[in-house]
Amino acid sequence: MNNFIKIKNLYKIFGDKTTDALNLVKNGTSKEELLEKTNCVLGLNNINLDIPKGKIHVIMGLSGSGKSTLIRHLNRLIEPTFGEITIDGVNVLELNNKELLEYRQKNMSMVFQKFALFPHKTILENISYGLKVQNISEEICQEKSQFWLKRVGLEGYDNYFPNQLSGGMQQRVGLARALATDAEILLMDEAFSALDPLIRAEMQDVLIDLQLELKKTIVFITHDLDEALKIGERISILRDGYVVQDDNPQKIILYPSDNYVSDFIKDINRSRVIKAKSIMTKSVSIKKERVPVIDSEMVLEEVLQEINKTKKYYVLVKDKKDKIIGRITLNELLTGIQRPRKEIEKYA
Amino acid sequence: MEWLTKFPEMDRNGLREFKKNVDDTFTSFSRNYGEGIENFFDPLLSFLVAFEKIFLNTPWPITIFAILFICWLASRSILIIAGTFLSFLLIGYFGMWEDTMSTLAIILVATLLCIFIGIPIGIAMARSNKVQTLILPILDVMQTIPSFVYLIPVVMLLGIGKVPGLIAVCIYAIPPIVRLTNLGIRLVDKDVLEAAESFGANYWQKLFGVQIPLALPTIFAGVNQTIMMALAMVVIASMIGVQGLGLPVLRAISNQYLALGLMNGLAIVILAIIFDRVTQRIGKRMQKYKSD
Repeated sequence: MNNFIKIKNLYKIFGDKTTDALNLVKNGTSKEELLEKTNCVLGLNNINLDIPKGKIHVIMGLSGSGKSTLIRHLNRLIEPTFGEITIDGVNVLELNNKELLEYRQKNMSMVFQKFALFPHKTILENISYGLKVQNISEEICQEKSQFWLKRVGLEGYDNYFPNQLSGGMQQRVGLARALATDAEILLMDEAFSALDPLIRAEMQDVLIDLQLELKKTIVFITHDLDEALKIGERISILRDGYVVQDDNPQKIILYPSDNYVSDFIKDINRSRVIKAKSIMTKSVSIKKERVPVIDSEMVLEEVLQEINKTKKYYVLVKDKKDKIIGRITLNELLTGIQRPRKEIEKYA
Repeated sequence: MEWLTKFPEMDRNGLREFKKNVDDTFTSFSRNYGEGIENFFDPLLSFLVAFEKIFLNTPWPITIFAILFICWLASRSILIIAGTFLSFLLIGYFGMWEDTMSTLAIILVATLLCIFIGIPIGIAMARSNKVQTLILPILDVMQTIPSFVYLIPVVMLLGIGKVPGLIAVCIYAIPPIVRLTNLGIRLVDKDVLEAAESFGANYWQKLFGVQIPLALPTIFAGVNQTIMMALAMVVIASMIGVQGLGLPVLRAISNQYLALGLMNGLAIVILAIIFDRVTQRIGKRMQKYKSD
């Protein structure tokens, strides 16, 4: 179950002479050189990714890094130049036209940055669109879309038109429309980027809440690191069409793989993101002393407060089952909050 | 230096030969196939005649009531209804009722024909750039070629009468609806289309569920223009035997009857205004989802 979505050696080149261009790219031609030589644009460059089932996998990158291109390969809104995509054992690239349509109907749905609701359909008709496309009976469409309308907190808006709703409400409709088909995979293309910060945070909570219950496989695209850290159980960072780092959020902050990633994380508030479990010294043979015992999921900012309460300047860390699993000293805490050395020199 | 001042043109005999050849070829073509083509258009003729009969044989109060009712359904505007009612009373009072009904019949048939032929062509153009590059120049020709020029072959083939008139009207009136259908579908938001695709909608579901509904206001602007152009052709069509308001205008021109020309001309204008206002209202009502 660990490799629900498998992407192997995926390349996408936009332009005319893609076969020639592909060979150049495979031999190490850079994006700029390729554009100059063949007038082709390199979209994705040898992507290898495994996305587990039932988790939120965030794909992050600046605009132009290929993240929207990548997510559109999963439902083949964009055809790859070369590579392999298997989802739950099905080779998506080998589906014929009819199979592809059915695959899109049943197995994955998408939420869009600009909502992309149907302006001429009511909210309820919008939500039931994915079901109507499958020729499901009117009764079931009604029932399911009513359920999801309520679930995203828009009860009573059945007969409104999208442009009568605010941005946040529109994206709730977008989310409900995607969830209504009961598809296993949810593709979210910068779904919350167009919303203002407060509404965005609210929508992130809605998503996290829903995910606790639904356990969908969510591929979430964003350019916002805070968002990625908040909702992502795993983060892949994309640059110029290739994956620079694919890790869990804590590791990305503590061990950025290169300057590009360090650049990304330089502005975040480390003490509010890094968790106790990530910096503790693992040790099971600690005697229970009279120092505070903290939860392993606690962020450093709170650990600091706990440490301040004691004269010994360290705390013990326990896991979910109340078992002591490690220790954090004040020194370790400070090192954790401090930016990595290399980075400080760079910005000094 | 003569070749500089005088264009090196084809010699007279050659040119005469050339024209004669074209004429002869077309004459023999029309002699051989004219009847077949005429038969082909027979259903159209009976349709048009039936339509005209309905308009002419229905008692005038019922006709007016029916027209007002349709206007109400389409526009939901008291002002337009009142205007229409007054206009038709005036037209009838000044003795133009029958001609107006004939004109209405041919305009409606021509418009229906244009819609049924034009919208599918527009859809095909929107779907493929190749079809678009093929059809655009044809539309250009249809819109700019002087109408009298294509009246010649039409009359040679089908003679004088209702059907050639109808065809002439359609040739002139069909380009706007084709162009605007094409434009309307191409202007549909790419994001919305992508959303439909991501849910696994097939070609027809996208076309009828998303593209056409969203293009409908633009398509309707095309219908409106088509009706206007059809009305503009009424006088010219009367030259080849189409009954209606155009015929008295034609008579007025050749005999310098000012009042006759003016009255019938104004009747055409009134029809145009009613058609325009009503269809524009429909277009606006189709965009209801856009307001507030």
